[in-house]
This record gives sequence, structure tokens and C-alpha cells, in this order.
Amino acid sequence: MAIKERMSGNEAVSYAIKQINPDVMPAFPITPSTEIPQMVSTYIANGEIDTEFIPVESEHSSMSAAIGASAAGARTLTATSSAGLAFMWEELLLAASNRLPIALALVLRTLSGPININCDHSDGMGARDTGWIQIYAENNQEAYDNFIQAYRIAEHKDVKLPIMICQDGFITSHAVENIELLEDEKVKNFVGEYQPEEYLLNPGKPISVGPYAVTNYVMEGKKNQLIALENAKQVILDVAKEFAGISGREYGFFGEYKTEDADYIILLIGSAAGTAKDAADQLRKEGVKAGILKLRVFRPFPAKEIAQALKNCKAAAILDRCESYNTNGGVLGSEVTAALYQNKIMIETVNYMYGLGGRDFTVEDARGVFEDLRNIVEHNAAPEQFKYIGLR
Amino acid sequence: MRTDITKINEQTSHTGLTEGMRICASGTSRLFNTGEWRNSTPVYHEEQCKQCLLCAPVCPDSSIPVKDGKRLAFDLDHCKGCGICANVCPFGAITMKEGIE
Amino acid sequence: MNQEIEIRWHGRGGQGAKTAALLLADVAFKTGKYVQGFPEYGPERMGAPITAYNRISDDRIRVHSNIYDPDYVVVVDETLLHSVDVTAGLKKDGAIIINTAKTPEEVRPQLNGYEGRVVTVDARNISEEALGKYFPNSPMLAAVVATSGVMGKEQFLKEMEASYKHKFAKKPEVIAGNMKALEMAFDAVGC
Repeated sequence: MAIKERMSGNEAVSYAIKQINPDVMPAFPITPSTEIPQMVSTYIANGEIDTEFIPVESEHSSMSAAIGASAAGARTLTATSSAGLAFMWEELLLAASNRLPIALALVLRTLSGPININCDHSDGMGARDTGWIQIYAENNQEAYDNFIQAYRIAEHKDVKLPIMICQDGFITSHAVENIELLEDEKVKNFVGEYQPEEYLLNPGKPISVGPYAVTNYVMEGKKNQLIALENAKQVILDVAKEFAGISGREYGFFGEYKTEDADYIILLIGSAAGTAKDAADQLRKEGVKAGILKLRVFRPFPAKEIAQALKNCKAAAILDRCESYNTNGGVLGSEVTAALYQNKIMIETVNYMYGLGGRDFTVEDARGVFEDLRNIVEHNAAPEQFKYIGLR
Repeated sequence: MRTDITKINEQTSHTGLTEGMRICASGTSRLFNTGEWRNSTPVYHEEQCKQCLLCAPVCPDSSIPVKDGKRLAFDLDHCKGCGICANVCPFGAITMKEGIE
Repeated sequence: MNQEIEIRWHGRGGQGAKTAALLLADVAFKTGKYVQGFPEYGPERMGAPITAYNRISDDRIRVHSNIYDPDYVVVVDETLLHSVDVTAGLKKDGAIIINTAKTPEEVRPQLNGYEGRVVTVDARNISEEALGKYFPNSPMLAAVVATSGVMGKEQFLKEMEASYKHKFAKKPEVIAGNMKALEMAFDAVGC
């Protein structure tokens, strides 16, 4: 029986951490993720879990300590946001190249500047090339469910990569909403014990972690990281299937909402997907075939699968919550259009920017996007690319 | 996956490398004959040596083996010829000679 | 009640408007509703105007935007009427609930021509009488529940008592006062 509760996204992730009872959590507080280490350390103080909490002096140190702990053989996690993630930069790449299955609860927040505490995806998207697996949530439920699946993906023998479980700062992290929790025992059985093959604190079986690689080895090492990310695709699907068995909730690379027969599709990531679904429902009632494709797994990027999911629509809008400054659109815009081209699917696409620095994204905004798509198709209008939604 | 370092070299395919470049073994530096890098060689004059053992701990490559409180001959497979031992010896028991011998 | 109601709270940092919104989500959840309770965050500090929101529905809530056309607006601090357009988008068939000693007729001229229902609650008086201190959020919470009818008085008081018992486990002496403040405010609205 599912446990019906209400909690914020940060509470939901902290609760998942409590149920998993990982070995080590080094963390440094930063808005809006601060509540996660705060709540986990409360669980520890109350004796509910025996995770070793390491208070560190910076995020550079929290990820360094996470790398050390994970290499030592401990199931490890940390949490951060925005500038905190940026301060981990160097270590993020090391965690991935050392193939350490660390979990990071990322509460998405604008990367300064201008300095701002609210949600956009510039921190998470900025870390897209670090070799981490990235999974994004629409709401507190998905943040919880994704975290429970995290270690099963990261620690899988064909993967062994660090994983970021991302949710929108404040919008879901601080919003109290209904949620269905799993029983402790179910979570424990699902996640299982971490049994690394080789680790530092293993008497009689010494290892060296993170040796210098001369030029002749680096490309081969990177190729192996890439193979692991490719392997992660099947593992993500397998773990999701097994998770559906205990929760009744199904996940894939993305969630498709009324896309099957849709003429117009909005593709986006995170909490705005729910808002866009309400717009799609309104338009369906008005006879417009609108659908939403919500990307869940951004790394590895399911290029082929996205292209297939979009191939039958007349026009698709790709919404980015992060500027890439390439003057040719956003991160998602570039990657999705490349995926379409490579798969020879030549539908009309429009790339938008929305929600930067926490700018609200409303049902009306989503309707406006659908309106633009219809205009492009029905009146053969040239799409206005890279429009900032709600710009004054 | 205990690592056999002798099977990994600069011609190894990516499929032959270890996960995360990890080396699951210890003491593997012995397998690298850094003595090949040498262009100057220490010469040990045993008759001058007082066995004070100032030389052994300063050697960056552990190329001065010590047994039963006495230093032995140089390990020239690993000595890079840096000359620190010759410099630190108070008794002129180590001198440097041009060349690899 | 409607299938979904939307509530917007206006307060000042430190007055407990956010806490009240979260408490409302909490009690509504206990009656089997789908809920959302969330504040709008900025660099606010004590005294700065803040906004918080609630959605309460019989169906799962997916929308994650702020609320622009609320059914109800709660004003926890009446001095905000001078600086914030509190009735912006407020539905005519909804209501605004204001913490003030004035009558609805006296405050209506400050409401930018809002034509709907105006409810006033003297939360200061109620709080000081019931608790001996000024905590406006409990009376305002009761007033919005009474006005909106999201749940009946008996159920509301029962759930709130359970919440307070949990929240004030270490200060049980304040529970009775808070319960009294809730009941007084509920009755003052007179629904």
C-alpha cells in the first residue's frame, strides 16, 4: 500500500535518502538545496540513519570528499545548487572519469550572474559535459522516485558513473504537494546493498585511483566513459521497469502526454511540463491536437528516441530554461534539432527561452507557444527563433 | 579485475584499459625501468662508505636498497641519475659519472 | 466548493504568511484533497512584502506557476493595502480577507474598485485575547477556511489540533490559546 503524504520536493528527496541510508554525505549548504543536508543531518542526529555526515567548508570540498568516500567503497551522496555546483566543476569531471557512482541531489537554480536565487536550468545544463548521468523531475513525486532509482543505475556494473537527480529550485523544492511514498522495506530491497568490486578500504587488495594519464591514454579513457553512458540507457529503462513493479509509476527517457496523434508538441524539462499539460488539455477541448514531451533523462541524451517521438507532428517547440550564448538557441534546442536532422526527420521546430532567473511560466505562456506553432503550420509563417517568452 | 599492468601499454585498445584507469594492484612502479632515463650514473665507493645511511632516504626513486642496517649497491634499473645521493654523502663515497654505466 | 480553488496570501516577511499557507495545505491534505502550498521566494527580509499561494483541488494538480486569478486573497498585514495591488486578478465571485479592525465598507475604497466580497477579521484583537501575543497567521488561516468553505469548522478544528499537538509538542501550553484564536476567527467570519 502506497503511503499518501504531502511534502516539499526537498523533503521528498531527504525522505528517499533516509530510506536508502547511504554511507557518507559530505555537504555544504546553498539555497535552495540547503534543506536536504539539514534534514538528512536531523535524521542522523535522531539516530534514524547511520550515514556519516561530513560538514565541509565548500562545495569544492564536498565533491572532493564524496570522491574519496566513494573510492573508499562507501555509497556516497551530496546535494547542491547553482554556484555550489559550479564550485564543484573540477571534481565533477573527476568523479565521472574515476567511474564513481556518487549521487548528487541538484536543486536547480540560476547560475549567477546576475546573482539570483530562483530556478532556471543553467547550473544543471552547464554541467552537461561533465560525464554525469542527469535525470530531471517535474514534481516532488518524480524527484523522490528518481532518487530511489539513482543508485541502481549509477552502481550497475555496466555503468559505474555518477548521477545527478535534478528538480526545479523553489518551484518544486519548496512547494508542498501530495506525494505517494513507498514503504521503507520496499525501498531497501529495491536499492539493495552496495558491493563494489574494487575499493580503497579493502585490506590486502590495494588499488590506485585517478592516476595521471599521458596523452596516449586519455581518448581511450573517455571512450570508455562514453560506452558506460550508452550502457546507462538500457539500465535506466530496466531499473524504471522494475521500479514500476513496486510503485505502479512508469518512467522512461521522457514522458509523453497526448503526443501520439499530436500535430503540435512542446518539448521541455522540469516543473513547467505540468503547466504545459494543462494548456494542452485546454487546447484539446478546443479541437487542437496538442501534446507535451517532457524530457526526463538528459544525459545520456536519447536523441534517436526523441526524434522518433516527434516525427509525426507538424511542428514542435523546444523550450530551454537556460541560455547557451551560442546566439543560435539553447542547449536543448541545439541537441534536439541535431537529433532530428541526424534521423532525417524534417519537421518544423521553434526554440524558445523561458523561465530564466525564476521568471514564471504560465498556462497562458504555453498556450501562446502552441498558438505560434499553429500559425507557422496553418499560415506558413516563418518561425521566430529563440524568442524569450514573457520578455519585456 | 585485478590489473595486470604488463598487459597495458600505449598501444592498448580502449577495451583493454581498466575502468576509470584504476590500477588494481600495488608496487607497479617497479615494472617501469626509469633507469633508462639516466644520463649520469652514481658510482659507489664502498671503501669510503661509513654506512651513515644519509643517502638512502633522500633518493627519490628508492634506488639505494638497505638491508640489515647497511646500504647495498645501487638499483640501476630505477636510478635516474639525479645526483642527490652524491651531494648528500659527507665522505665522498658516491661520485657521479657521465653516461649510463 | 469549486473543483479547484486558488488562494493568494499577502504578508510581510516574518508574519507567518508562508507558514499559514503551508498549514492550510496540510489541513486540506488531511481532508483528502490534492494540495499545493508554496511561497514566492526572493531576497526578502523581515518586513518586506511577501506572497504565498495555495491550490486545493479534488484532482491532481499539475500546474506549477504562480496564481494570477485567485479565488481568494488573504491580506495578513493591512498596511500592504497602500503598497501592493492585492486584488489584482481576484475573481469577482471570490473574496478578499483582510486583517483589520475596520469594517468591509471602511476598507473597500482601498481595494482598487474590487466589487466582490470583502471579509475583515481583527486578527490582532483575536490573537491578543486568545494568546496574549500578536500572531496573525492562525486567525487568518481560520478566516480563509471559513470564507472559502474548503472544509467544515469541526473538521478544520480537529485537524488543526492534531497539527498543533505535533508542532507544539514541547510547548503544549500554547495549544489551547491557538485553538481559541482559530475558533474566534472562524466565528467572526460567520459562515
